[in-house]
Order: sequence, then C-alpha cells, then structure tokens
Amino acid sequence: MSKDNQVLEEFTSKEYEHGWTVNLEADSAPKGLNEDIVRFISAKKNEPEWLLEWRLKAYRHWTTMKEPRWPNVTYPAINYQDIIYYSAPKQKVQPKSLEDVDPELIKTFEKLGISLTEQKRLTGVAVDAVIDSVSVATTFKEKLGELGIIFCSFSEAVREHPELVKKYLGSVVPPNDNYFAALNSAVFSDGSFCYIPKGVKCPMELSTYFRINAANTGQFERTLIVAEEASYVSYLEGCTAPMRDENQLHAAVVELYAMKDAEIKYSTVQNWYPGDKNGKGGIYNFVTKRGLCAGDHSKISWTQVETGSAITWKYPSCILKGDYSSGEFYSVAVTNNFQQADTGTKMIHIGKNSKSRVVSKGISAGKSQNSYRGQVHILKRAENARNFSQCDSLLMGDQCGAHTFPYIDVENKSAHVEHEATTSKIGEDQIFYCLQRGIDEEAAVALIVNGYAKEVLKQLPMEFAVEAQKLLALTLEGSVG
Amino acid sequence: MLRIKNLHARVEEKQILNGINLEVKPGEVHAIMGPNGSGKSTLASVLAGREDFEVTEGTVEFLGKDLLEMEPEDRAREGIFLAFQYPVEIPGVSTVNFMKTALNKIREYRGQDTLDAVSFLTLMKEKIKLVEIDPSLLSRSLNEGFSGGEKKRNEIFQMAMLEPKLAILDETDSGLDIDALRIVANGVNKLRTKDNATIVVTHYQRLLEYIVPDYVHVLYKGKIVKSGSKELALELEEKGYDWIKSEVEVA
Repeated sequence: MSKDNQVLEEFTSKEYEHGWTVNLEADSAPKGLNEDIVRFISAKKNEPEWLLEWRLKAYRHWTTMKEPRWPNVTYPAINYQDIIYYSAPKQKVQPKSLEDVDPELIKTFEKLGISLTEQKRLTGVAVDAVIDSVSVATTFKEKLGELGIIFCSFSEAVREHPELVKKYLGSVVPPNDNYFAALNSAVFSDGSFCYIPKGVKCPMELSTYFRINAANTGQFERTLIVAEEASYVSYLEGCTAPMRDENQLHAAVVELYAMKDAEIKYSTVQNWYPGDKNGKGGIYNFVTKRGLCAGDHSKISWTQVETGSAITWKYPSCILKGDYSSGEFYSVAVTNNFQQADTGTKMIHIGKNSKSRVVSKGISAGKSQNSYRGQVHILKRAENARNFSQCDSLLMGDQCGAHTFPYIDVENKSAHVEHEATTSKIGEDQIFYCLQRGIDEEAAVALIVNGYAKEVLKQLPMEFAVEAQKLLALTLEGSVG
Repeated sequence: MLRIKNLHARVEEKQILNGINLEVKPGEVHAIMGPNGSGKSTLASVLAGREDFEVTEGTVEFLGKDLLEMEPEDRAREGIFLAFQYPVEIPGVSTVNFMKTALNKIREYRGQDTLDAVSFLTLMKEKIKLVEIDPSLLSRSLNEGFSGGEKKRNEIFQMAMLEPKLAILDETDSGLDIDALRIVANGVNKLRTKDNATIVVTHYQRLLEYIVPDYVHVLYKGKIVKSGSKELALELEEKGYDWIKSEVEVA
C-alpha cells in the first residue's frame, strides 16, 4: 500500500464528532407529503390563512417541477413520501424565557458547545437555536429589542410581525424559484427572522444554530434577514446532525434583503454529518441562499466553510440591483471520503458600478468530488460593473476530483470581469519541511490547509474562525497527498 | 554527539552513499565538501530523515540514540536542524506562525510548557536582532516571494529560534551575494556554543572563510575520501576537485 493510501486509510477511521442523538420526545407529522401535511404543519403553527395559501401554492407548483439533475453529483432517487416533514421536540409550555426551556434541550446545545444561558456567554453573540424543525430558544432578545432589532424564530415573527413577514417572505427567493425552494416554501417549519431598523448597527453577532435530531426527518428551515437603510448586521449559522445510516434531507432557504447603504454579512460553518467512510448515510444539503442588494451602495457578503454533508448543492448568490452595490462570496469547501459538493455563487449585476468578488477554495481528499460552479452575469444596464473571481483547488491524494464550472455572461461592454483559477497538491516537500521543524504530519496538514484557506477564514468573525480552523484540521486529519 | 558508521543509502535503484564514516563532537564545525553529485546533499537529507532515500547499510547514532529509527519530526525534536538548500514556500502561513507551531511541538516533546504569546514574541525579538533579519519578512507567507538571500536568512532565523544541538547547513551559500553570505555566516557563528555542533555542506571554500571549520571532509562517489583541517579547503580551492578525483583513482 502506498503511503498516501495508508494515511488516507488512517483518516477514514476518524469519526464524526457530533454524531450522538438525545432522546427528545417529539411531536411529528406522519411520513409523506400531500396538501394535508402542508395544512397540518400550518395548523400546528397556528398560521394565518394567507401563509397557508402561500404554502399550498408553493406545494402545488412543486408537484409540477422536476428535481434538478445538472449538479455534478450522483445519488439514488429521493423518495419524498418516505420523509417526515415536521418534527418538533415536545415542550410542555411555549417557552417565554430560557427558564421555561426543557433542560434536556439546553443540555443538547451545551454538548455542542453552545450555551443558551446568556450570562454564561463571554462574547456578545445572540443565538437562535433550531432543533429538528423548531426554534427552541433565542438569547439576548431584550437587549436587541432596545435598539429596535427583531431577532426571533420564524414562527414568532409570523405571530408578532406578520406585516414584515408578509412583505419580505419570498421576495428574494420566490416559492417557485427551484425545486428545493418550492419544497421548502410548502413545508418549512421554522427558522430565524431578523430585522434591523434604519441606521442601526447591530452591536453583536446574531447566530442561528441548527441541529437535526430525530430520525427520518427532513429539516426545512427558512431564514429571512431584512436590513433597513444604512443598517448593519453580521449573522452566523452553524449546523450539525447525528450519525445515521440513512440519508437525511436538509432543504433550507435563506433570504437577505439589504436597503440603501445597508450591509449584511452572512457566515456559515456547515458541519452536517457527512456519512461514514464508505459513503453510507449523511445529510443531503440542498440549500437556496440569496441576497438582494436592493438599494444603492448596499453590500452583502457571504462567507461559508463547508465541511459536512454527504452531498452539498448550494450557491449563495447576490442580486446587485442597487447602483454601487457590492456582493462578496468567500468559500472554503472541503470534501473527504465519498462526499460530493457542487457549490459556488451567482453574482447578478443589474446596478451601475456594481461590483462583486468571489474567492473559492476547494479542498478534496479521499474519494470525494468537489465542484465549483459560479455565474457572473452583467446585465445591460450595469454600466462599469466589476467582478473578480478566484477559484483555487487543492487536492490531497490521487483518488479525488476537483472541478470548476465558471459561467460568465456579459451584456455590457464597460464591464470588467476577471477570473483566476489554480489547482495544486499538498507537496511532499511542504510536509517534509514541516516535519524537519518538529511539526508532525497532522499538524503540518492543518497548518498548510489553514494557510491555503486563510483569505476566506479571515472573513469570519473571530470566534467562528477558530472553530472553523479546528474543523478543517479535523476533517482532513491524516489525509496527506 | 553524532556517530555515522559505514552508511550506505540509495534513491530508487541508484546507490548514492557508499560507506560514510564520520564522528562529530559537541562544539565542532565540520565541513563536507565535494564535487556535484558526490552525495553531499543526500547525506544531509538522510540525516534529516527524508523518505525518498533508503538506508541499505550502516548505523547513525545521535546523542546515544539510533537516529535511523526515528521519525523525521522526532529527529528535529531531538535537536537536528536542516537548513534547506531550497526552502519550501507555504502560502498563507507566516514564519511567525510556523515557528510558533514548531517551537511548541518541540517543547511539548521535551515535556516543557508551550510558550504563551508574550514569551514567544520576546524570544523572537531577541533572535531577530541576533541574525539581523527584517521583521516584516516574518509576518509574510513563508518563503513566498522571498529572494534567495531572504530565504537563507530565514532558515538561519529558524535555526536561532529552535536552538538545535546539531545544525546541518545544506549549500546555504548557494545563490547568496557576498553581503548576504556574511550576514548568514555571522548568524551561524553567533549561534555556536561549546554544546552544539554544525555540519556545513558546501561546494565552495568561500563560505568557510566566514564559518571556520575544525575539520574538512571531501566526499567523492558517496565516500569520504579525504579529511583534514581547514587548510584542506584552501588546497581544494586552489587545485580543484580533479586533484581529489585523480588521487582517488590512483589509489
């Protein structure tokens, strides 16, 4: 056995850290999907009539659509009738404050390193915790409320701020946008809602932590962030799931809406269960994320560190409608074993002098396949639009694949579009250099990979960057090429 | 400190070292000279534990331990330092970060506490002075975009930081102009103590004007064919390697 294969072999014995489950009593819908299930979910949440209608419309549209087959990933057909579309951890009373939250739930999140107890948190990060389909707790609500910031679960937003939800829901990702967005629109159960009023700079990081716990359950959450004129918010999202033999579907929708001079920074550290070393189990992460730079000089920035999921299908995008608006996409996508990722971004330039920047760093190891798919579209009215894209691939071992699919459509001659791409391997020379300085192989790989991904990692808020670095090292432990 | 006995090594099917014998004691500086392809760099690599080379015969003892049994990282942690002929670039990793990782790994191995940020920076400041390196270089990506001289100076800085017991300088003079050579050599000289030793691998006598060796060994066809004092280097410079070659052939 060659040395490469040997170390790869070693790696495969590495286990997923968050692969435990807790016994939470759950309140679930029966398996399968039809109009009654949609009604069931809506009724469970005591939703207003308009939202039920919105869901049903999405459901009816979904039934006419076909699952997309263009991503560079393969998986057996999903039986949509074999999935539970609603599962909520049972709570005796609707929690009014943290004291009312089931201690078992608090423990669950503490196990993940997320404390829902406000006074225990050292840094100013407000958390909305979503388990299976339901938001269980949101911290720092009152403090944020003083500034007029709304940060709550989606269900609460529907109850307390129906006018805002009605106005913005589906305004960036319409229910019929794509197959998985339509599915989400029909059955979404909860998620986070965030509203930053005019001129307010949100003083702390807002964060949602998603956890799938129940078996055979799909998770379909929705996040909606609205930033009014000249406001600012930085938002973090983290996710984990137990180890299970079957594949679980996660089809989320995230919508960002930025008005004039507003800025939204959205960061994700995605660590869904990736399946075992033979490719069994793992999350199908089919997610639609899009931001609209609606006003002039608005800015939306996506940063993602993708290490988990059996399959990732995800293109956080920006519609640059406002003049001088700007969009950014920073991504590190790591695949190992049999993971498949088809991820990238779309930058749609409509506004004059709009600009976008794409930095994508793919890392492939094991027998995995890692694709970057990105579109830069400069529309006719987008005078002086600028785009810079850089797509780098790093290969470890000789059994993985890295692919790049850039699409560039330019309809205005004044546009400046740049695309750079590189492919490299972690060299034996680099490893030996580290070894000779007393740094062992695992630490060397972590050092080299973190260096490679630095441009993206430095975009993350401090607390997340440390977590992301550790995660990268853990995901790639031992897999040297 | 280092005792090499009858060392044979090959890369793939090619035999390169054919029975090296060498003993290095604390406080000594040994120069290994020889024509191109004589096995100088191979010897340096074998001692550092590079896997491309297979040791087919012989033993190497370092501070009483069997060096050949040790993993490359453990050799480094035991106190062997190789200043590379071609230092490797690692994008996105600064020398500071690299050294902090290395130093703490070594300290961990030796059962010492890892250094906190303040003590590390204090140590670094001291060494920066010692080897006269531009501090701004140290926060840039390791060796990326460095000139030949900057790379070599960076190697010596790393050596200063890690304080090895045995330093092996592999063609450290190659690609250096005379000023850079002097600075690098000064650094090495300042790091000399009665407890550590240095092996200087070089093609030219030039470096030995600055780093004065106690012994000079001439390597030819994978064997040490002549050993002597520092005057041997001068003789070599004057007569050229053909002199050695013919002497060996006659014998």
